[in-house]
Amino acid sequence: MTPEFSADAAVPPKSWWWALVALAAAALAGAPYFGDEAFQLDISIIFVFALLALSMGFLWGYAGILSFGQTIFFGLGGYSYAILALNLSATNLPFLGALVIPALFATLLGYFMIYGRISDIYLSVITLVVTLIFEKSIRSTSGPEYVIGAVRLNGQNGIPGVPALTLPWLSEPLSISGVFYLAGGAMLAAYVGLRLLLTTRFGRVLVGIRENEKRMELLGYDTRLYRLAAFVLAGAVAALSGVLYALWGNFVAPEMFNLNQAAQVVIWVIVGGRSTLIGPIVGAGVVQYLSNWLGTVNVGQVTLVLGFVLMVFVQLFSRGVLPSIGDAFERLRRKGKSYGRAP
Amino acid sequence: MTTIYLIVYSIALLAMVSLGLAVIFGMMRVINLAHGEFMMLGGYACVFCVRSGAPLWLGYIAAAIAVGLFGVLVERVLIRHLYGRIVDTLLATWGLSLFLVGLVTSLFGPQAWSIPTEFGNVSFGGMNFSSYNFILIAISIGMVLVTWAIARFTVAGLIVRGTMQDPVVASALGVNRDLTYMATFGYGAALAGLAGAVLVPITGASPSVGLFFVSKAFINVIVGGHLPLLGTILASTLFGAIDGFVSYILSSVVGEVTVLIVAVILLRLLPRGITGRMRTGL
Repeated sequence: MTPEFSADAAVPPKSWWWALVALAAAALAGAPYFGDEAFQLDISIIFVFALLALSMGFLWGYAGILSFGQTIFFGLGGYSYAILALNLSATNLPFLGALVIPALFATLLGYFMIYGRISDIYLSVITLVVTLIFEKSIRSTSGPEYVIGAVRLNGQNGIPGVPALTLPWLSEPLSISGVFYLAGGAMLAAYVGLRLLLTTRFGRVLVGIRENEKRMELLGYDTRLYRLAAFVLAGAVAALSGVLYALWGNFVAPEMFNLNQAAQVVIWVIVGGRSTLIGPIVGAGVVQYLSNWLGTVNVGQVTLVLGFVLMVFVQLFSRGVLPSIGDAFERLRRKGKSYGRAP
Repeated sequence: MTTIYLIVYSIALLAMVSLGLAVIFGMMRVINLAHGEFMMLGGYACVFCVRSGAPLWLGYIAAAIAVGLFGVLVERVLIRHLYGRIVDTLLATWGLSLFLVGLVTSLFGPQAWSIPTEFGNVSFGGMNFSSYNFILIAISIGMVLVTWAIARFTVAGLIVRGTMQDPVVASALGVNRDLTYMATFGYGAALAGLAGAVLVPITGASPSVGLFFVSKAFINVIVGGHLPLLGTILASTLFGAIDGFVSYILSSVVGEVTVLIVAVILLRLLPRGITGRMRTGL
């Protein structure tokens, strides 16, 4: 019987891990010199989605909270940035604001759900319902009376012309390779940050709560505070991803809150597996690459494929596709060894 | 007067759309995220019947039977392997929901299919009401009463209640647990199909019609707690009243947001739902 969650408490990373991170950073820095702008755009959006998958994988795999609503914070981040940047005609403050507003909303929502001690499955459904209602509310704002500051919300059509970010130490707005560096850097930093966070006391307590909340509570930990902190942290990471999405495409639309979007995040994490942090990143990359490829080979309704993939994967690979494949290889290797040893 | 009528109407509507979900959840602890799509299928079944010349009531029955059978199929193929893995059932039914939306869109197109209705209006206290809304209220009450009667007075209801209380003891006493689960899931699906069919003259049948109602239905079932019938009735009364009132004054989206906020605050106070403290009942 495979346990439902197989992520172990993280151990401090070994030196080869640091070498790989350095290699990834070097590859990131060098990539724009080898690929044209179309290539950079394609890769940037994969970084953005990988960041979103990372936020969910962290929350689901390590804190045991299955939130269908990472797209709430993704969309809220994008919309906050768009509205603030268009109103203030500055970009650095809106960038920060677009992380703070979703984090505050996550605190509020998380407080009611986690301090109310509603069961995990209720939490999943509530986050899904909040996503649905967010999308519906935004879609209903097409009339001219829905204005925040000087910005019309535009309902279905979203807000176009989101200004590019101008970093405080640069004089010009970010170009395509600037966004590429920002998205890649943010993803790498979030991965390294979360990976190191899990080796601290906080991370270990979080995994302990996932395994047995009552026991951790009896040991004197305020489990609800830890869970809330994880929820808000994941919300902020998702919001960062949403801001980067707005910067990448220069627009925000209600589709960011879409159920299809939410389903995609779940699929990325299931494909990559939730027992590591690198899994969701790889999952997002692989699935996004495949769906770009499927997009060129017309397959009809996207939801049809998404739903089918979700149903099949839950039945066959409940631990995640990559870990399941890894297990299969491990079994084969052991089998081979025992054959070798057999007299 | 109009306000009272609207509130009664929205309570009845809410009870109708969440009853099937509540039966499946109360019995099997499975939250069926494809509930809205079951309703959508019921709507299409009804439209096909009426278009081929059958009367509307026959369309209702056909929708209930067709979606009920589909529910049994889903239970056998998809849900059966996942008992005890609550999160996986959630993901699988979500996958089913997306799959059905995609399938129906590619088969019948995204536009709404409607059927003509010859229901007139009734004048009442100087206001005009669609008489179909009264039929809807009556059917909703009927669905709740029939479900209650089955659960309370029949042998099948007794077996279901016993399995709900303690599946292990029930199967030790010779109850076929698989069959009970299968039948309950089918019954819940049939209720969803019927609800979808009854709503078709109002909403029409379109692939996304399920999304109109599901968020309220989920909230309703979660806040209702572990007793499916009483929980649904109490939660529908509360949220139907709020929703009807706010939608009447402001707009339906604001009504939905208000329902969500009230539900989240209520779950902070009563984390196991309205009926969470009650030990026995339906």
